[in-house]
Amino acid sequence: MEEVRFLTANFGRYDTSSISSYMNIGGFSALKKAVTMDGEDIAALIAANKVKGRGGAAYDMGRKWSQARAVKGKDKVIICNADEGETTTFKDRELIRQDPFNLIEAMIIAGYVMGATDGYIYMRAEYACFRPLLLSAIRQAERYGFLGTDILGRGFDFHLHLYSGAGAYVCGEGTALIRSIEGKAGRPRMKPPFIKVSGLFARPTCLNNVESLSLVPHLLLDAEKRYAALGTEESRGTKMVSVAGNVNAPGAFEIPFGTPLGDIIARAGGVQGGRRIRVLQLGGASGKVQAGTDEVLDTPYTYEDLAAIGLTVGSGGILVVDERTSLIDFLRMNQEFFSEECCGQCTPCREGNVHIARFLEKLQAGTITEEEIGLMSGIAEVMSRSSLCGLGETAQNTLLSAMRVFPEVFTAGGASHE
Amino acid sequence: MSEPEKELVHLTINQIPVAVPKGTKILQAAAKIHIDIPHLCFHEDQRIKAHCRLCSVEVTGRRRLYAACSTECWEGMEVHTDTPIVRSTQVAILELMLANHNRDCLSCPRNQNCDLQHLVSRFNIQRSALPSIVKDTGRIVTNPAIVREPDKCIRCGRCIRACKDVQGIAALTYAHRSDDIVVTTAYDQPMEATDCVLCGQCSLVCPTGAIVERDRTQSVLRALQDPHKHVIVQTAPAVRVALGDAFGLGAGAIATGQMVTALKLLGFDKVFDTNFGADLTIMEEGYEFLDRLQHGGTLPMLTSCCPAWVTYMEKEYGACLAHLSTAKSPMGMFGAVAKTSYAEAAGIPREDIVTVAIMPCTAKKAEAARPELGRGGRQDIDYVLTTRELIKLIKYVGLTFHDLPETPFDSPLGEATGAGAIFGATGGVMEAALRTVVERATGKPLQEIEFSAVRGMEGIREATVDIGSRTVRVAVCHTLRNAAKLMAAVRSGTSPYDFIEVMACPGGCAGGGGQPLGTTRAITKERIASLYAIDRSLPHRKSHENPVIQKLYERDLGAPLSPKAHDLLHTTYHEIPPACTF
Repeated sequence: MEEVRFLTANFGRYDTSSISSYMNIGGFSALKKAVTMDGEDIAALIAANKVKGRGGAAYDMGRKWSQARAVKGKDKVIICNADEGETTTFKDRELIRQDPFNLIEAMIIAGYVMGATDGYIYMRAEYACFRPLLLSAIRQAERYGFLGTDILGRGFDFHLHLYSGAGAYVCGEGTALIRSIEGKAGRPRMKPPFIKVSGLFARPTCLNNVESLSLVPHLLLDAEKRYAALGTEESRGTKMVSVAGNVNAPGAFEIPFGTPLGDIIARAGGVQGGRRIRVLQLGGASGKVQAGTDEVLDTPYTYEDLAAIGLTVGSGGILVVDERTSLIDFLRMNQEFFSEECCGQCTPCREGNVHIARFLEKLQAGTITEEEIGLMSGIAEVMSRSSLCGLGETAQNTLLSAMRVFPEVFTAGGASHE
Repeated sequence: MSEPEKELVHLTINQIPVAVPKGTKILQAAAKIHIDIPHLCFHEDQRIKAHCRLCSVEVTGRRRLYAACSTECWEGMEVHTDTPIVRSTQVAILELMLANHNRDCLSCPRNQNCDLQHLVSRFNIQRSALPSIVKDTGRIVTNPAIVREPDKCIRCGRCIRACKDVQGIAALTYAHRSDDIVVTTAYDQPMEATDCVLCGQCSLVCPTGAIVERDRTQSVLRALQDPHKHVIVQTAPAVRVALGDAFGLGAGAIATGQMVTALKLLGFDKVFDTNFGADLTIMEEGYEFLDRLQHGGTLPMLTSCCPAWVTYMEKEYGACLAHLSTAKSPMGMFGAVAKTSYAEAAGIPREDIVTVAIMPCTAKKAEAARPELGRGGRQDIDYVLTTRELIKLIKYVGLTFHDLPETPFDSPLGEATGAGAIFGATGGVMEAALRTVVERATGKPLQEIEFSAVRGMEGIREATVDIGSRTVRVAVCHTLRNAAKLMAAVRSGTSPYDFIEVMACPGGCAGGGGQPLGTTRAITKERIASLYAIDRSLPHRKSHENPVIQKLYERDLGAPLSPKAHDLLHTTYHEIPPACTF
């Protein structure tokens, strides 16, 4: 499989502890270019490349930046969502670890485009090992005048702060993340107010994923339009994915959009022992599942092709579960995650998870009735359509898609199909 | 000047066109066309939480449902509140709540008066489809004022908002997460060991039986049935303008006469008025203020009739207790007089008198138990019932309240002035005090008896009053969140005021934590208007003109602040150190 290096172009090419090393490979030239441009043109460049947010929601990023620019208000904030809490998802980790200065450069560019004065990197608790690296990078960028006041003599001020989460999955949700930085319990809140108008400390806030931000410097320097030439019309360029589970070489790497799922799994070393795939889950615990059929493995990894077989890109995580694990075991494990990580505020998610966990237990024990299977899917649907936040809305994606793909398991005697 | 017209947005709800000002939420837009979208966590006086999700409705073209309480209407929006998806979602959410709710409704204090029960009944849920997953079954957390039953909590967060946003206390909060989430105190301490002042605002907004007042109705009934006891009752000013609410008389209805009749029919030997105690409080507190002014006493002086406020002072501002007036509350003074002067005059042994107080307040239950409010091992007040408990008693004996004839209060402790009546409104104590203080200080009759500057619902009001020899600056506030603002300056010695009135509950006792369920700020305002109407209707409107009070001083007490008055009518305060420190 052909390797492309766009997002990962800098990986291994510089000493991540040294800003001068980064500058030696052309570091901060994207920022220098950006400050000569109109912010709207930078947003337009992102939009022209049809970049969708890489955290999971796949919101049109160019549009998000344009909207954030248009918000009137002082003291705007840029937040980099480095919570990367989705299971099987660890591609942002590599972007932070192997190219920290590019992320910082991207944050400064975002600050310039949005007219923000402060940037926050909200990094998951488990990535505390990267704090020294990022803090050192921030301090060096300050010393070199890329952060602080009157950056590059353009009369633009921007300060960058690093904040570590305390380990809650739900803090990857925008409003919960903001509350967490504010020192409050990390629980989502209702919208409005939308964070673009009133976010962190009630300031207008633009929240972007690590990968989404990291892409921006590369796009700015992509004079030959290499990025747009990769991928498909709707899913342009490349994508970071992380492959986990029963594969020989789990890892995070960059692929051009359009790479068949089977090739991505092959790049991760293929299924352990050459076994049959029982289930594939894309996008982490809140993602959807498919069987490991040829049709699925031949499906190109694009927003549109995955959607056609009921999958989503989501967080970029890909979990391969081989035949040693039963579907119900997998679902129970996935459910355990949500039963633990739900914040508990809203009724459907708080109560729904408890009942679904119990029904799955009965499904496995072979004691479930047809009526209870109906109740289980009914509760899952109610959670999806009426929960307060994205966690509750997506918590049953896995179960609901499994019920569509593997209907034979969800019968009174379904456990015997495993 | 009329208000500038707000931009309108046009939408349809169930295909009925509606136009509402921009910013209106779906819930209110639907109410405009007489559609009640079910809701539990929403409360009109609180900021929106959108936790319970019961108000989920469909919007054409959108996959997700929208919470009607938190979603602003937009131009061209098509809302559907009555589709199969909406109804099945609402029923499912109710079923989810029920599965995690102690469903022993028959023995619940909120039986037939429970928002959750009403909705279950409305949606005709007869047998829940889901198995019960209640944890902590049967746990009851109790103190002298409030009872919590955690297994009845639906985690709507109303009590948390009342405690934090209204009072600024945040004794109740969420702890843990997912299905472990509970509403509790920090470290699950008893409420009285926290900053809680037992104001009961939480019990007023709880939609279920998870937080209720501590019910003493059965104890009172037993006392009433005891032939050896002379049971007398006093009724706080704010009760008479709230009671009618529960019996269909409308918000703010003045039901003094029916209330007295009901209490007589309940079997009380004498029905007296806390307003009498209020007049007495004004005498002592007013003279105390003048005394502090003339003799360099601690200023500003702070009112002391609100027990939640007094507890707040004892817990939060222990170094400032000298600012609190030493005068007992009207309830406390009434109790002291009832078990001394009244007992002697009536020839009834003190131990045979049972005093019951009907209060709009849960904190009064704890106040009545204060050791300072008793003598010889007996409390001056034996039982405090909230307005809600009186409603229960009236229902218990089966009175058709709205039809009852009116009866006047008994003599002598039923005699009161308009000044006593307005104690039930925020600013009322200050106004009543000023009527007496100004007249006594200047020696001239008041030109204008109504002090409008201290009236109203503004969080903090202030006024400057000429009392002849000097000008005094006074301030009035309601809710402890506002009190904290004034106390910052008192603590630092920079307060510009001479006299401050504080009431813990919004609107004062009219919005008290013991008032009927469903009390809102709008309803509280109606009650306050009625209290001022009662004031205007009375022959005497100044406490010092109360003939029974005058006689009491002549015969028994001598003068305000006399040693005997001090012994009977004044009290002491004690700093309450934090129960746990880290």
